[in-house]
Amino acid sequence: MYPTLKEHAQLTGHTDQVWCISWSPSGALLASCGGDKTIRIWGKEGELWVCKSVLTDAHTRTIRAVSWSPCGQYLAAASFDATTSVWSRKSGEFECLATLEGHENEVKCAGWACTGNLLATCARDKSVWIWEVTADEEFECASVLSTHTQDVKYVKWHPTRELLASCSYDDTVRLYREASDDWESCALLKGHTSTVWSLDFDKDGHRIVTASADATVKIWREHEPGNPEGIATPDHIPVWKCVCTLSGHHERPIYSVSWCPLSGRIATASGDDSLCVYQELPAEDEKNAPKFELTVRHRGAHAEDINCVAWNPNEEGLLASCSDDGAVKIWQIEKE
Amino acid sequence: MLRKHPVYELFGAIFSDKNKILVKSADLIRVINDPEHPLTLEELNVVTESNIKVDDEKNSVYVEFIPTIPHCSMATLIGLSIRVKLLRSLPSRFKVDVKIAAGTHESEVAVNKQLADKERVAAALENTHLLELVNQCLSKRATG
Repeated sequence: MYPTLKEHAQLTGHTDQVWCISWSPSGALLASCGGDKTIRIWGKEGELWVCKSVLTDAHTRTIRAVSWSPCGQYLAAASFDATTSVWSRKSGEFECLATLEGHENEVKCAGWACTGNLLATCARDKSVWIWEVTADEEFECASVLSTHTQDVKYVKWHPTRELLASCSYDDTVRLYREASDDWESCALLKGHTSTVWSLDFDKDGHRIVTASADATVKIWREHEPGNPEGIATPDHIPVWKCVCTLSGHHERPIYSVSWCPLSGRIATASGDDSLCVYQELPAEDEKNAPKFELTVRHRGAHAEDINCVAWNPNEEGLLASCSDDGAVKIWQIEKE
Repeated sequence: MLRKHPVYELFGAIFSDKNKILVKSADLIRVINDPEHPLTLEELNVVTESNIKVDDEKNSVYVEFIPTIPHCSMATLIGLSIRVKLLRSLPSRFKVDVKIAAGTHESEVAVNKQLADKERVAAALENTHLLELVNQCLSKRATG
């Protein structure tokens, strides 16, 4: 009755831990990066997943994260060497277009806004930078946001609005919006009791899921001005409240979470080597008290810590993960 | 009897190249040098055998250490050295947790959080200067 995760492919090639994987918007390509300072691009040839390209020489230290632009033509890579490289594949081959400098130390994540005109990066220097992409493919710093009090681990843009979310070693999540001429922090989500490693929006962007070293997953809901619940929204700025906490399923830090826009399923990856999948159930008050059920708990999905998990944006039930064991895996959810 | 002890099997395997019988779980880290003293962590009572818990079946190693003084500025480096030594010596299936023993350091919570953050540990080990310090702690001192 419950679905299971079936290992569809194991992609080997990285020679060190793999930190991050990212699907291209069409879902045809998967980028991965890690401690071996390379980016690998994987794609299908017939039924087989193969390594299509290896991007090297752009970074001198670990590449912590990769992210595709919404048009699928650019790839940003964040590195511990304090820079972010941007790659273009307009010519057919991947070429390094720009190296963004400015952060004082390890860049942890990079993410593109839905319009493709903005790129956000975050670092151990506690700041979040917003870069504007000009018409001639140049990157200009539009804002430096220093509202977190610690290491910023992850950034993610809203699926349809220019609203940015970040999470940190300071145990909080922050949201940012453009106000008059500059960017400002417009919401603070407090509730986790340790580092928040990752977050994702749901399909519509009215909810956020967060994953933490406290081994819990939390779901937060946006309350807009004039909401029927009567929750105050000072200065007419939407307020986010935690509406659900999922705990007891992972034994070690949860490093990654992905909310599938196609199925509504949530996948999590943890330092306990397991992957979990949650499914939303009908509830009396779905808005303020949603119910999520654990439908898959795949122990030993990798031989070591799992650092990242991501749903394919186009093929429902297809999931990718990567680990300290050096492998990237592709999974398929199967109904028994 | 000792040979059947899971700790022996675990650490004995690692040191199988030596004929010496190393049955104490502390042997792996007891020889780590203190960055500020000409003594090992064991000699300084920073790490004692009773503060090490190994669960071979659950793939976990838990180490508590006691900094020499409650404001010891080297606590993070000592913890990092213990962690690195274990990561280098143990099979990769093991989950390693290194913590300051409760109530023995004024920045206990902050240091413990840092030691538990795999990303910070990974980044620290790419820092040549820091790596050199760690390697100094882990190197064998010339003995008389």
